[in-house]
Amino acid sequence: MITTVSDDACDDQALPTGAPVNVSRRRFLLASAGASAGAFVLGFGLPLGPARAQSAPAVAGVVPGVVPGTRVPAFLEIRPDGTIRLQSPFVEGGQGIFTAMAQIVGEELDADPATFLVENAPTGADFQVMGRGRRVTGGSNSVKSSYMTMRRLGAIARAMLLTAGGQAMGVPVAELDTEPGHVVHAASGRKLAYGVLAAKALDLSVPAPDSVALKDKARFRWIGKPLARLDVRAKSTGKASYAIDAHVEGMLHAAIQHAPRLGLEPGAIRNEAAIKAMRGVHSVHVLPGAVAVVAERFWHARRAVEAAEVDWQEPEDKTAIRYLPADFSTEAFAHRLATATGPGDPGESVGDASHAIDTAASAITATYQSQYLNHAQLEPPSALARFNPDGSLDVWFPNQAPDMFLADVAQRTGLSADRITLHSPILGGFFGRHFKYTSGNPYPQAILLAKAVGRPVKVIWTREEEFLRDAIRPMAVVQFRAGLDADGVPVAIEAISACEGPGEGIANKRGEKLDAAALEGLTGKQYAIAHRHIAQRFVKNPVTLGYWRSVGHSMNDFFYECFLDEIADKGGKDPYELRLHLLADNRRLSTLLKAVAELSGGWKPGPYVAADGSRRARGVAMASPFGSETAAIAEVSIEGGDVRVHEIWQAIDPGSVVNPAIVAAQVMSASALGLSQVLVEQAAWKNGAPVARNFDQYQVLRPDQMARVHTRIVESGEKMGGVGEPGLPAVPPAVANAVSRLTGKRVRAMPLAAQAAT
Amino acid sequence: MIKLHVNGVVRTVDAEGETPLLWVIRDNLAMTGTKYGCGIAQCGACSVMIDGVVTRSCITPVESVAGKAITTIEAVEQDPVGRRVVEAWVRHQVPQCGYCQSGQVMAATSLIKANAHPKDADIAAAMTNLCRCGTYNTIRAAVRDVAGLAEDAA
Repeated sequence: MITTVSDDACDDQALPTGAPVNVSRRRFLLASAGASAGAFVLGFGLPLGPARAQSAPAVAGVVPGVVPGTRVPAFLEIRPDGTIRLQSPFVEGGQGIFTAMAQIVGEELDADPATFLVENAPTGADFQVMGRGRRVTGGSNSVKSSYMTMRRLGAIARAMLLTAGGQAMGVPVAELDTEPGHVVHAASGRKLAYGVLAAKALDLSVPAPDSVALKDKARFRWIGKPLARLDVRAKSTGKASYAIDAHVEGMLHAAIQHAPRLGLEPGAIRNEAAIKAMRGVHSVHVLPGAVAVVAERFWHARRAVEAAEVDWQEPEDKTAIRYLPADFSTEAFAHRLATATGPGDPGESVGDASHAIDTAASAITATYQSQYLNHAQLEPPSALARFNPDGSLDVWFPNQAPDMFLADVAQRTGLSADRITLHSPILGGFFGRHFKYTSGNPYPQAILLAKAVGRPVKVIWTREEEFLRDAIRPMAVVQFRAGLDADGVPVAIEAISACEGPGEGIANKRGEKLDAAALEGLTGKQYAIAHRHIAQRFVKNPVTLGYWRSVGHSMNDFFYECFLDEIADKGGKDPYELRLHLLADNRRLSTLLKAVAELSGGWKPGPYVAADGSRRARGVAMASPFGSETAAIAEVSIEGGDVRVHEIWQAIDPGSVVNPAIVAAQVMSASALGLSQVLVEQAAWKNGAPVARNFDQYQVLRPDQMARVHTRIVESGEKMGGVGEPGLPAVPPAVANAVSRLTGKRVRAMPLAAQAAT
Repeated sequence: MIKLHVNGVVRTVDAEGETPLLWVIRDNLAMTGTKYGCGIAQCGACSVMIDGVVTRSCITPVESVAGKAITTIEAVEQDPVGRRVVEAWVRHQVPQCGYCQSGQVMAATSLIKANAHPKDADIAAAMTNLCRCGTYNTIRAAVRDVAGLAEDAA
């Protein structure tokens, strides 16, 4: 049987209402997610109408009657044994957010974070804690956007437990205090465990959020401490469960063969009868842009779908869709970017850069280039869909924004949002892969297939299919000009980037405003250069674009910081000293730059001969990503023609931190990805096809290519910034600047492996 | 029908002989700690031990391991060396996203079982699995810890 299903194959055409998930459904979710029998679920079943919660203004995405992050019962379950189950608004993908959330809530609740069991919260208004009804794990925003809200949540819960404790002991709340996990009455020496009191707290109304006081940070017990992560043991013993591990009764497996080029649609399957006769095959399906085989076992599905000989059809209208031409190659596309003309659209323009360059004592120009990159997260995409007997739908898939995906699933199926349960497991690699990318996610396929076969279906994309449909980090060609005064100090800089921003790529059109992610890292630099003109020369890409760890910063700080070294050379300045000079009036950044130099044992550009006899040099670079500030120094040598990065020293100032051990781990991780990008990584196309479909061709950093990473956290006390991504952007230019220093030849493109190092 | 010795238990599975062991473990036996990453023995996420030797299960035909002792991550702590490796992984806070770590733990356990005191070069030769989170330095520190090597600067 060949079933043809399409995107609009659904029960009816009703559009999603966007209605919030109600409390009773959440109770079901929690129960179905494994709340143990007898476990006390705080507040579920409690009517939480407007009388109990402050009313909220009527803003799009905001549900009246729900102030996100305030309704304790939605977030916390305190079990009789004192274990605290927390529903996190942010998904764990390795960045340590579950642990950070436990620290933040635990601090104000006065409960040891080690007693927390943290899970990704279901959809719903309560968890849209980022303001204006938003909930996205990304942009290094989680802690900085929710820090006060989640602290307050813990404080509200503590107040409820204190009230319950007062009632239980028959004493005024004013006489009570807490110690971790207990309400304490010092006068009588009595204390009651939270796990005992939780049942009484159920009957209490949630106090107004502004009625509770937060701790003085001088009294912090857990925030700011390098606590152990909560998920490490499960992840060291194979017990952590990802979307790809999801299983439900009666489930079938599906494998996919996508069109070899984006935009093509399947026609006939020439060997259809033979495919259907293969062992284990349940059914064969034609999907938008793909064919699928459903089987009892994934291996059978995969073998069959890879054997399918499909007549792929060119689309009639190629203008309205993302379409990959048969002759597309990255080499030709890079040439197109390099030869694009026009003034571009300014993202940052101060003074008159063009005039200042033309009239400067000296000037310098250079052209830089980046590469396409795959996310290459180790967990291949998967999705499980199950239509229930009552017509409701359960779906499991990795995602960074549950409510956004819920709305999309509702639109695709015609089901109202309250008939859909979206399960959002932990992510087997983050890096920006789990946003809503058109044709980049398997859940639409799983839903269509489950509908078609009448049984739950789990779709897994093989690594080869993932590399065919991943959303790609954009490439750019940047043309720089700078003018220097008679002292060799830059007075003007101009950068025109031929590129398409990831947001523009996902929308498949330009917005009314520039895509800030296209230019971030060229814009927002802190150096005192009087005349600046940073512009985007928009060139549409055929490939699907996406967010990649540190987004625009991942390449733009490479361009800018390498060109800044060229300016230093031109003006006869040391690159470190020039940066200090340009940051003379910026105490925060000059402090940070000096900190990384000190961490590295003092600025020492080289070249010099190291103890092992190798000739080495160092490079420096800075970045201002996601509200944090970073400075990095890299030490390199050349080994057998390849660049060897020995050490990375990185100083990061995120303002203030919740867990310094996690910050250091994220700097190490981001440094590795930055190294991977600058040393070896690139996604190339030839003749309309990706060159690499798996890790045999697509290189990611190997263990033997990793540098030692030394991190210093500088807490300036400035507004809190991000942590997950900021450790990346300064690393590629620090490495490239070191290589330039060592070889005497400027590095103006990534990756270095594609260029001869001598 | 193929008889397998998995984690000390004899299991009978209905699979063709050339089916990769990985998919037999995950689908037939419903043990999902062993991960699919690439299917071509490049990443190592699927690593298991066959008679104590680390093996990439994604390219291992199930018929080739009939009668041999298959150890997956689910049983790693039943092995004294495996237990020490897991404790080192926790002590050094190795995992981030965690997806590759089942394979990393199996690779480290196999190494230490064969060579209780590996040198740095032995560790580098044995620990070749990919980690996209870039936890390589903590992996190395954890293995050195189990191997009894002194901490180094990284």
